[in-house]
Amino acid sequence: MFDVLQELFSYTFIVRAFVVGIFVSLCAALLGVSLVLKRYSMIGDGLSHVGFGALAVATAFNAAPLQVSIPVVMVAAFLLLRISENTKIKGDAAIALVSSSSLAIGIITISLTTGMNTDVCNYMFGSILAMSKSDVKISVIVAVIVLIMFVLFYNKIFAITFDQNFATATGIKAKRYNMLLAFLTALTIVVGMRMMGAMLISSLIIFPALTSMRVFKSFFGVIISSAVLSVVCYFIGLVISFAYSIPTGASIVAVNLVTFILFSIIGIMKRN
Amino acid sequence: MGLLSCNNVMVDYDGYVATKNVTFTIEEGDYFCIVGENGSGKSTLMKAILGLNKISGGTVSYEGVKRTEIGYLPQQTVVQKDFPASVYEVVLSGCLNKSGLIPFYNKAQKERVSQAMKRLRIEELKRKSYRELSGGQQQRVLLARALCATEKLLLLDEPVTGLDPYVAKELYDLLEELNQKEKLTIIMISHDIKAALQYANKILHMKTEPLFYGSKEEYASSEIGMQLAGGEKNV
Repeated sequence: MFDVLQELFSYTFIVRAFVVGIFVSLCAALLGVSLVLKRYSMIGDGLSHVGFGALAVATAFNAAPLQVSIPVVMVAAFLLLRISENTKIKGDAAIALVSSSSLAIGIITISLTTGMNTDVCNYMFGSILAMSKSDVKISVIVAVIVLIMFVLFYNKIFAITFDQNFATATGIKAKRYNMLLAFLTALTIVVGMRMMGAMLISSLIIFPALTSMRVFKSFFGVIISSAVLSVVCYFIGLVISFAYSIPTGASIVAVNLVTFILFSIIGIMKRN
Repeated sequence: MGLLSCNNVMVDYDGYVATKNVTFTIEEGDYFCIVGENGSGKSTLMKAILGLNKISGGTVSYEGVKRTEIGYLPQQTVVQKDFPASVYEVVLSGCLNKSGLIPFYNKAQKERVSQAMKRLRIEELKRKSYRELSGGQQQRVLLARALCATEKLLLLDEPVTGLDPYVAKELYDLLEELNQKEKLTIIMISHDIKAALQYANKILHMKTEPLFYGSKEEYASSEIGMQLAGGEKNV
């Protein structure tokens, strides 16, 4: 085990993936608690598909991937939130529309330019080789911003998650904080999706929250547990992915799934 | 002094008029009850006052009270029922409207929370999970939260629905005390006409538009009030 770890960290690309991954999983887990409880987890999924489209287009035009996809996904976050707040349109269906359309645009762009190659596969299912040095820098900066914002707005996020109507009624600008939540989610997804893959990044948001909710009963407890679980699962997933040469994203999701099952059993046992 | 007034308020959902022609003024210290059948636009009106529903006509104006000085006890929603939150976290969130942009709660706010919890006798539930409480306990937690949010004006949407008579009586007594001793103005939606006649000083009877608006004494002697109060007695 120790040998594997030593070998693992002798590669710079793994160290990069590790650093970015820890930050991204932390951000995703923290935001995820609120997103899951607000029934916004579909937005995360939709955003990752929009991110895929943006990345594909950016690559086709030889533009810097993060600099293009961050603003595009932010705009998408704004739109998706408006859609899901608007009761006249079926929110979940509209999100599915947006996400499959972005996926289609991305795939068309790729096949017209570079053709279907390993890049596409990497976008879809993630690769730890994807991070360049400058990407690492941007990712870490973005993630730190997300973490700081989350801590500063923690109480507000709790209030709008628990009872948005009460928050609005008592004079809190709930819509503004919803938007903040969507923007932070967009940032986290863009930064994390190349490693995790467009298909799997939303699991980073959903799994830790759902897993923690099996056992913990306070919001703060769920937040802390999600953060810890997310980082631990990421680490184990990365090591397994390295040891057995399987895609990182899939390996991390699998570890998360096992944890979820474990916590569900603990939850059931605690109740009885 | 006037706290809040509605002038010809109308709310519609996609052309369906939920409530209209509502005009009234709330004075400081009022105990204002909104009564009426299900679907008569009571909750819609309350949400319009709170800015949760868009008003399609008329005005709601806050005079002696700011938006951040209001407490609200909503009808329970489905999402909350499996929400991981401790009682303390829920009550504390009531203090948020006094925080402004300051990210964390201060000592005075935490003190306010323990006062509110003491008052509603939920101190021993502090660390419990909100979702594991009984309906009556949850209602008390939400009322404690509402009390943290206000010293002036409290709006309650059917606060006693689903409570057993003993707990309901306790709640009415507490509200009366807050209204009498601390001059807390109360606006309450209620199905309980008897209680409305006992505690309120003003009554608004809704059926999409106001059927009656005036003091409780006038209501008791009005045709509609007599009908309903009489009906209650026969049940």
